[in-house]
Amino acid sequence: MQEAVKYIHEQLTVGKTLPKFKAGDNVTVNYKIVEGGKERIQGFRGDVLKKQGTGATASFTVRKISDGVGVERLFPLLSPNIDSIILNKVGKVRRAKLFYLRERSGKSARIKEKRVK
Amino acid sequence: MTSIFAADGKQTACTIIEAEPNTVTQVKTLDTDGYTAIQLGFGEKKEKHTTKAELNHFSKAQTTPKKFVKEFRNYSVSKNIGETISLVDLFEEGDQVEIVGTTKGKGFQGVVKRHGFSGVGEATHGQHDRSRAPGSLGGSSYPSRVFKGLRMAGRMGGDRVKVKGLKVVKIFPEKNYILISGSVPGHNGSIVLIQK
Repeated sequence: MQEAVKYIHEQLTVGKTLPKFKAGDNVTVNYKIVEGGKERIQGFRGDVLKKQGTGATASFTVRKISDGVGVERLFPLLSPNIDSIILNKVGKVRRAKLFYLRERSGKSARIKEKRVK
Repeated sequence: MTSIFAADGKQTACTIIEAEPNTVTQVKTLDTDGYTAIQLGFGEKKEKHTTKAELNHFSKAQTTPKKFVKEFRNYSVSKNIGETISLVDLFEEGDQVEIVGTTKGKGFQGVVKRHGFSGVGEATHGQHDRSRAPGSLGGSSYPSRVFKGLRMAGRMGGDRVKVKGLKVVKIFPEKNYILISGSVPGHNGSIVLIQK
């Protein structure tokens, strides 16, 4: 059964190239939105709280502070509505899931940036 | 299970069904059996695990012994004995199907899980140790008995269940995989029947 899931994930994920990112990174997700029959692209910039799942079912959560209110959005990694993902900053974090950021605000909610050579 | 995206980005959870070709092991006709039916076999079985009677039955169809055999009364395929039916050709993407399978065994379960009772719902007001209890079983002096069929705790799961209104989402003919929207009864690797 595992082989079947693996095979189908290989078939479904073929031809998709996305930048490599992990929790703690700052990304901009350019997402396609259909509004009144017209399609436009909306950017959502924030920190990646988590990446979860494998293969065709993988998804990730992006958190940003919008007008002083924390906003989280969950994107399926292989969604056809994702136009592109831009990696802005690589974060230096010690965890794979950064849920502790939800309780923090201001200075303490910052993520250290990792200098990439 | 896995999931698949539609063109508009909508994600559908779906189950992978490995639909290997079935072999026609017997064709029953009105003259010989009094009714028409087609008997299909699926899955390989070792010869040493097969009785002589079964072995002879399969040798008539000139096939190896099959693990599962099932008869179908209403069928639209015209195949002769010994021929194989490819299931991935039988179904098309977008077809509405029904799936019959045996649900996972849950063991002895109480009424909250088995019949959806609400339980007591309160932890205070003198309640103690009764949060998932079934409550009263009925009247006292009349009818002086418990009615038949009253829902109580007991064995749950392991039933034959038919799920209707599922859709064939995608077919991978090279590996005989069929993706069906939603979940189907049974554990991983169990055998199900797909009906159109």
